[in-house]
Amino acid sequence: MRVTVIDYKAGNLTSVLKALRHLGAEPIVTDGDLSLAEHAERIVLPGVGHFAATERLDSTGLTPAIRSAIARGVPFLGICVGMQWLYAGSTEEPRQPGLGQFSETCARFPDGHQKVPHVGWNSLDVFNGSHLLAGVAPGEFVYFTHSYRAPITPATAASTTYIEPFASAVERDNVFGVQFHPEKSGETGLKILRNFLAFQPKEAAC
Amino acid sequence: MLTKRIIACLDVDAGRVVKGIQFVDIVDAGDPAELAARHASEGADEIVLLDITATHEGRATLLDTVRRTARMLFVPFCVGGGIRTARDAEQVFNAGADKVSVNSAALTDPTLIDAIGRSFGAQAVVVAIDARRDPHATDPVRDAQVFVQGGRKPAGRRIVEWAREAEARGAGEILLTSMDADGTRGGFDCELTAAVSQAVSIPVIASGGAGTVAHFTDVFAAGKADAALAASIFHFGVSSARSLKQGLAEAGVPVRLPC
Repeated sequence: MRVTVIDYKAGNLTSVLKALRHLGAEPIVTDGDLSLAEHAERIVLPGVGHFAATERLDSTGLTPAIRSAIARGVPFLGICVGMQWLYAGSTEEPRQPGLGQFSETCARFPDGHQKVPHVGWNSLDVFNGSHLLAGVAPGEFVYFTHSYRAPITPATAASTTYIEPFASAVERDNVFGVQFHPEKSGETGLKILRNFLAFQPKEAAC
Repeated sequence: MLTKRIIACLDVDAGRVVKGIQFVDIVDAGDPAELAARHASEGADEIVLLDITATHEGRATLLDTVRRTARMLFVPFCVGGGIRTARDAEQVFNAGADKVSVNSAALTDPTLIDAIGRSFGAQAVVVAIDARRDPHATDPVRDAQVFVQGGRKPAGRRIVEWAREAEARGAGEILLTSMDADGTRGGFDCELTAAVSQAVSIPVIASGGAGTVAHFTDVFAAGKADAALAASIFHFGVSSARSLKQGLAEAGVPVRLPC
């Protein structure tokens, strides 16, 4: 199965590509070839680093290409900053809009409680009915490294508590986002990526 | 709840594990890829591979070792030793590392931290610091001396101010080795670890002195460590990261279990 992996020059993609190949997928990387996004069978948007890096998605024209692919029903998975990009934006770079699939804004963990960034293995509380997190038992651990997070809303697929509960996964129809790194989360992470690769979207309305 | 990490460390020379954690029932105890996979399957939360090779030929071997080790590893993987430039770091990342650890080179040129962080994100930069308490200083702990070249030469820096500078430059984590405690199996230097951990907002990984499960409990409580490096403890009665973590869980330390 071909998976288009979006490269927007934010960190290295090696681990994501390795995990996808391990699961039998055929990742194809693009940093600006719009046809690879427009005709994608599945899209993964990895991401580490600063929200401002997503500006490159706009300047290369990938943003509208991804938007139309999502509208066609193509399964999309955003990881870390790639999940945050699904929202209206992030206070990390207020001038840079996100894709706006979810209307909320990501914000930094409050200071003065515990260390920020949140780094390490923390547990998932999975909400009923998640396709992405099917088979993930309550309390299974995944690996996080981030300072900004999304709020809990009806689209939240899993929550994690650090200082306070936040959305560690989001899901609506064919659009998925995870704040943690499934490619670095052992068997639990591989199970989640496998679910994404196996997800069958409903036919998009014509 | 965020758990405390147990990190397995492998010292590698020219592609072979020369020190660190070894298992009696592995015939080829010296293969880094095999050992790393074994640690991950036995519950290690993260793998650190430290290259102690000095030769040019050894560096080329390292990249091959990193590539082979990373192939089947799906937990965070950090590589350190001999990374002197952002280009060195890039090669190690391309070979499959998630993080690089820099030590002497960052003290020689602290902008190395900024450079790697800019390209690969702060989460990918671990600054390793070797420190020894300074009995002559006003505060022997906070003013512990930083050493370079494997602990042979004082760097002319004090632990807390250097850790803070590293954080300000974009380090994602501090890997702190107490030279006083290292090799003693008498416990981590909890005071030193706590002094650094409270001075910065990034995670601190404690290293040096582990001998018993209780030493880990101490460094997570009194030492305020976010993670601890387990190396030689696996030679001395604790059979795996999983059994260490079971002991920690019984003592009330949050750890990733089952794993």
